[in-house]
Amino acid sequence: MKKILIPLAMVAALALVAYVGVEYLKLQFIFGVVIPYAAAVLFVAGFLYRIADWLIRPVPFRIPTTAGQEKSLDWIRRNPVESPHRAWEAAARVLSEVLLFRSLFRNTRAELRKDASLAYASNKWLWLGGLAFHWSLLVIVLRHARFFFAMVPGFADFLDHADSFFDVTLPAFYISDAIALGAITFLVARRFFDAKVRMISLPTDYFPLFLIGGIVLIGVLMRYVVRLNVMPVKDLMLQLMNFGFDPPGEIGTLFYIHLFLISVLLAYFPLSKLMHMGGIFLSPTRNLCNNSREKRHVNPWNPDIKFRTYSEYEDDFREKMKKAGLPVEKQ
Amino acid sequence: MAKYAPNLSELKKELDEKPSILKGNYSDKEWWDLPVEFRDGNWCFPAKPEVIEELGFPNPRKWAATDQDWKLPDGWQKTISEGLRSRLKKYRSLKLFLDTCVRCGACADKCHFFLGTGDPKNMPVLRAELLRSVYRNDFPLAEKILKGFSGSRKLTAEVIKEWHMYFNQCTECRRCSLFCPFGIDTAEITIVARELLNLIGVNNNWILAPVANCNRTGNHLGIEPHTFVQNIESMVDDIEELTGITVEPTFNRKGAEVLFITPSGDVFGDPGVYTMMGYLLLFHHIGLDYTISTYASEGGNFGFFTSNDMMKKLNAKMYHEARRLGVKWILGGECGHMWRVVHQYMDTMNGPADFLEVPVSPVTGTKFQNAAATKMVHIAEFTADLIHNGKLKLDPKRNDHLRTTFHDSCNIARGMGMFEEPRYILRNVCNTFHEMPENTIREQTFCCGSGSGLNAEEYMDIRMRGGFPRANAVRIVREKHKVDSLVTICAIDRASLTPLMRYWNPGVGVYGLHELVGNALVMDGEKKRTEDLRENPMAGFEDGEDDED
Repeated sequence: MKKILIPLAMVAALALVAYVGVEYLKLQFIFGVVIPYAAAVLFVAGFLYRIADWLIRPVPFRIPTTAGQEKSLDWIRRNPVESPHRAWEAAARVLSEVLLFRSLFRNTRAELRKDASLAYASNKWLWLGGLAFHWSLLVIVLRHARFFFAMVPGFADFLDHADSFFDVTLPAFYISDAIALGAITFLVARRFFDAKVRMISLPTDYFPLFLIGGIVLIGVLMRYVVRLNVMPVKDLMLQLMNFGFDPPGEIGTLFYIHLFLISVLLAYFPLSKLMHMGGIFLSPTRNLCNNSREKRHVNPWNPDIKFRTYSEYEDDFREKMKKAGLPVEKQ
Repeated sequence: MAKYAPNLSELKKELDEKPSILKGNYSDKEWWDLPVEFRDGNWCFPAKPEVIEELGFPNPRKWAATDQDWKLPDGWQKTISEGLRSRLKKYRSLKLFLDTCVRCGACADKCHFFLGTGDPKNMPVLRAELLRSVYRNDFPLAEKILKGFSGSRKLTAEVIKEWHMYFNQCTECRRCSLFCPFGIDTAEITIVARELLNLIGVNNNWILAPVANCNRTGNHLGIEPHTFVQNIESMVDDIEELTGITVEPTFNRKGAEVLFITPSGDVFGDPGVYTMMGYLLLFHHIGLDYTISTYASEGGNFGFFTSNDMMKKLNAKMYHEARRLGVKWILGGECGHMWRVVHQYMDTMNGPADFLEVPVSPVTGTKFQNAAATKMVHIAEFTADLIHNGKLKLDPKRNDHLRTTFHDSCNIARGMGMFEEPRYILRNVCNTFHEMPENTIREQTFCCGSGSGLNAEEYMDIRMRGGFPRANAVRIVREKHKVDSLVTICAIDRASLTPLMRYWNPGVGVYGLHELVGNALVMDGEKKRTEDLRENPMAGFEDGEDDED
């Protein structure tokens, strides 16, 4: 329980910090301008640093995990995505992981049944939950583009319309909000209720879930419950986009909590497992071609190793070899 | 086997009744609080001091995993810590796989050792966490700040014991990496962890003794050149007795077109020898100009389970010998990890093999473009091409006494991607072939439970548990289709599935693919065949009865 409650308490405490800071200490400038700038800098610099830190390390061997027939004889049908032979096929493989979570789609659940027998059932819940979580967050982030540009970009408008397809509330209800909250609930619940996942989970697994959950929840509150005047929000965001330092206008405290939690998320991102966002593109078991017998892969640090040569071997066994009728180099 | 294997009915009872995390029972204990207990059957004997000395490895001594004090060398923490640091610089895979895991749990119930033992630390994610927790304590600055919160811990002698136990309950089979959304490959972690353990003398005799043998005599089993030749010559005699055909393998012959390299288990061990007899018959059948080397007499590479340097050192002999003999290309026999090394490592380590030619089948003229750089062709590719071009005279009825299923070796499946060739051959050399359930074959295949150098007798308890998912899948086709023959293309499989079947599915035999090819080949000038290569009677070919053809 501790590993769940501590991160939950941390997120609550962070929200409280913003609340006290804005409501009582009137630190609107700090929370609205200084912290978001700092967080953005940490995010961009940290993200780039982590990617560079991976990229400078060599990939000594070509080690794709092959999940389909390799290219071999002409009449044998190969699987270009699961066992890529060309670069664009490997790219398609990576994209299928990034966009569709290909490997998770393969997921099964093993069951130990009576009489010591094993069975495997298809288990797509994690795939569905993960996909719902990531895609809805992406839509939500892109939707927010309307706050960052004076002219609302076309895609944001489009997403806005598509997302509010079910026009049941005022303002129109966003499907992505519901999906995101549902998916987060599912992802937290499985960490708690699935014994295996409960054991492997660390506080650092719960923390980002609670943090993102908190951000979405406050966003939902601001839109549907504690209706906020969005004009000063947009003014502030436009100002931040233009690297301005004017104090923010009159905005409700809830917004500052929202913004502060996002700032924390941005700053925390490069320090954490959330970097899987960049890492997934670099995974050598997915992004390499399975053609190492056809094209030589070079290892930049390939060590010079002294091995036992044939002549050393023959020196040791010459008499025995001659007796066995084996040809020898030296008599 | 009896001494170290668990009692079957007790193990079945344990699987049925004992609560485990696999069945959803959460013990309320954190994994780092679970004790590590060595007992009979769950640890491999450490390398003998003389083996360690021969290899020039550190810390030769007599010890056992059950000892309280493992006699680790002075400053071992520093050795491990610096060893890890230097490997993080060399392998992007290691760094990335330590950094990006989100602990989603998709891998948890994919490991055969987890399914067979129910031990939470056999979930691949936790196996990696064993190393990751120490890495987080030492390395990324950010995680250091968040110590405690991020699940890090200090490197202690207890952790080393835990590593030794669990990085030897991983066969580097990569099944977890198939299901991981980030492609995290526990094999990469295990490879490095074992390399680190070797730096402080925590090792396994069943790996290091073959390594020393291979270096000295050319093969894992330590067969010296004259004995190697004798063994194959006795197979030649057996083949003559069975078929009336005299096959004529040559050894260390310069100027041959092809150098043939196969695991030494095929030359020495039952049932591998029958596969070797199949090769010999096949090569005779097509009149292949080939030679076998007593120096490069090992296809397998236990260096792969030891360290990168050792893998390269043992592998170097293949090209060295091919160059000396002046062959055009290399043909490789049935083996799992051998092919992982040949396919994904050899050219990078010991190439370029520009002194060889792009392999062309002398019988069909097929150019093996897929091996254009390595110049090494897999025997299943070679034979499939022969069959496809109608170059073999086969009578699949000669395998009618066998009802087969096919076991994909992990390395061939997930480290090479060869699925169709062996099936194509199998369908052409026998009439009864049934696939095991789809979650247990092809890319989702289950390990035999004894791969990566864990085939030791004293490890039987863990091996029988680790092989349980594979055995369970065989049981299903045995009950449904009366399958009695498990066909493989891996030498370790042939050696390890045999006791596994005896334990879980008595009555199921283990065969190499080319043994069945050898049974089915109709040789020019052969005498009437009534027995297969094992001298078992073939169905429908009994003495005194009229042949159908």
